[in-house]
Amino acid sequence: MENTANQQKISYDHPDAIGEIRNIILDTGRSKDALIAVLKKVADRFGYISNIAVQEISRQTSISAAEIFSVATFYRMLPTTQRGRHVIEFCESLPCHVVGGRELYRALVDQLGVQAGETSADGRFTLLTTSCLGVCEVGPVLSIDNNIHGNLSAESLAEILAKYG
Amino acid sequence: MKKYRSMVLISSGESSKSKGSDAVVDAFHQAIEKYDLGAEVCVTTIPDSSSVKNQPLVIVYPEAVAYGPVLEENVDFLVSEHLYKGRVAEALRVSDPFEMKRISWLLQRTGTMPAENRIVLEYVGVIDPTSINDFLTHDGGQAFAAAVEMKPQKIIDIIKKSGLRGRGGAGFPTGVKWQAVRDAPGDKKYIICNADESEPGTFKDRVILEGNPFSMIEAMLIAGYACGADEGYIYIRGEYLDALEKISNALRAAREFGGLGKNILNTGFNFDIHVHSGAGAYICGEETALLESIEGKRGEPRPKPPYPTTRGLWGKPTLINNVETLGNIPPIIHNGADWFRAQGTPSSPGTKVYTILGNVNKTGLMEVPMGITLREVIGIYGKGMKSGTFKFAQTGGSSGSIIPAILQDTPMDFDSYRNVGVALGSGALLICDDSNCIVDCVRVLMRFFKVESCGKCVPCRIGTEQALDIMTAISEGRGTMEHLAQLEWLSHGMEEFSNCGLGQTAGSPIKNMLDHFRAEVEAHIKLGVCPAGVCSMGK
Repeated sequence: MENTANQQKISYDHPDAIGEIRNIILDTGRSKDALIAVLKKVADRFGYISNIAVQEISRQTSISAAEIFSVATFYRMLPTTQRGRHVIEFCESLPCHVVGGRELYRALVDQLGVQAGETSADGRFTLLTTSCLGVCEVGPVLSIDNNIHGNLSAESLAEILAKYG
Repeated sequence: MKKYRSMVLISSGESSKSKGSDAVVDAFHQAIEKYDLGAEVCVTTIPDSSSVKNQPLVIVYPEAVAYGPVLEENVDFLVSEHLYKGRVAEALRVSDPFEMKRISWLLQRTGTMPAENRIVLEYVGVIDPTSINDFLTHDGGQAFAAAVEMKPQKIIDIIKKSGLRGRGGAGFPTGVKWQAVRDAPGDKKYIICNADESEPGTFKDRVILEGNPFSMIEAMLIAGYACGADEGYIYIRGEYLDALEKISNALRAAREFGGLGKNILNTGFNFDIHVHSGAGAYICGEETALLESIEGKRGEPRPKPPYPTTRGLWGKPTLINNVETLGNIPPIIHNGADWFRAQGTPSSPGTKVYTILGNVNKTGLMEVPMGITLREVIGIYGKGMKSGTFKFAQTGGSSGSIIPAILQDTPMDFDSYRNVGVALGSGALLICDDSNCIVDCVRVLMRFFKVESCGKCVPCRIGTEQALDIMTAISEGRGTMEHLAQLEWLSHGMEEFSNCGLGQTAGSPIKNMLDHFRAEVEAHIKLGVCPAGVCSMGK
């Protein structure tokens, strides 16, 4: 299952960055109830929600920057700091935990050489832990760039990581 | 899906096999063919649950009669007497009073067959979820067509009479909620489908949405017509990309067909539905947090009362129902309240969709009548334990309960579970064997609550953090007996003083642990060992 999060991300340094943010707002709406959808699209397009983006959204919608930041930091899918090229979300909930999640997590930390919340030195992976992803029938589960990988073991892990360059 | 008249369960664990259960199973199949009962009777194997003396044990539902030991040569007689002529074959019945005590759970089970009975899942996997035509040719839309012919109050009366209770976890009577929204003053009202299914282990709503998205639209139309609302939202969790796509397509197709918008199918009724995709926050499944989130704010629950039925989305009366609850509406309207009441138990009619997970041979989804037991679920649907013996089950994700093995014969319905101090939750059945440590599992649950606490109110924000610290200390061999008193105090404090349902139930795993597994916890503290060998104990 490929999805929009996998399309080429653009950088906030790009000359069209502000234009891109404005387009997203134009497509989605300026009202407060559109805010979460706007932030999600910005995060998908740029990889995270930067200060520049918050300021621009605030200008376009008349919602204060403080409020936008407060909403963004509440939700897991609205990151406000830069992440690696690929984001690994490891399910740490009980259903995965009891069917081998505990061992898988140790293997993951070993193979990546990072702890939860950190990005590898080459900027390739950011490792995050998350609550249930809702695909518990194939636990233990992790998601890389929103693609779900299930029924994992320490052995199959390396093979899957290798797919993400 | 086939509906059977009788169900035969044959024990065929290792011990029964050694006494010839395989031949008994074969003989049953042959006899059922001989008497031409194949369409009415289903034969299933279950793990051993009686003493060796009475194996192979045969249980026949719906009469819940136990026969044993049943030999190959008895089978023909048994089938002809019980299943063909309808008389209990007294001569083969388990008679030993001691054995009867062991299987006394059977006596409470008369009437309800543990067979799958698909009401909500009936067309899931049968119809093409992208095709409105396929939906319409499978009775889709019939319930709505019947509903708009009725007075709105009549619809609410049917739902009330059916006894349907909310399937999101709390079990609130659905008809009463609908009535409250209908009676609330105001012209503008909303219908919300709560598809922010985030309880760990629960994914039933995802399967329903992905498999039959049009049924949600139909149910919301009926709810809108009954409650006097003209606008609805489906709040779908951000992780469910596939379900989001299916429901968005379904809405588009329904709009083109004229099933949404102004003057729907020339009935004069107006209704439209929007989709709101969540952004990753467990708490947004709480109904008032969900409202805040749709309004574009942080998903922090509101104080209740006022309830959403009077002051909901943008201050207007709002009906919020879970996906599975709504999934029951079209079948009830279509078949009537009495038909619905005929399934399940008197206090919890109907079926329940469960996800079965963990250390069992077969994981997945099933829909069974309310009131079947965990023992049956593990035996019939989980195909027995994959490893070890059954130690406890975790229901309904994290705000469910920990059900110890001693309660596995309690009928699974809202009231029976409440009576023994546990909760049915939202439909996850995480089955854990004896290689799992209770301290480790409760630590993981508390970590979940700590991460997902929204931080608005103090008891939950601080309580979950402190409980996690203590559980970590115990698992690392630093626990003290004072810690247990503190845990009790924290659990009680969170339950009494938290603002929302998440905080109020965050302490329940601790309470269940101390009620049922205290010895195992104290072994960590007093002896410095983890009996299951899971916790690090500081090494």
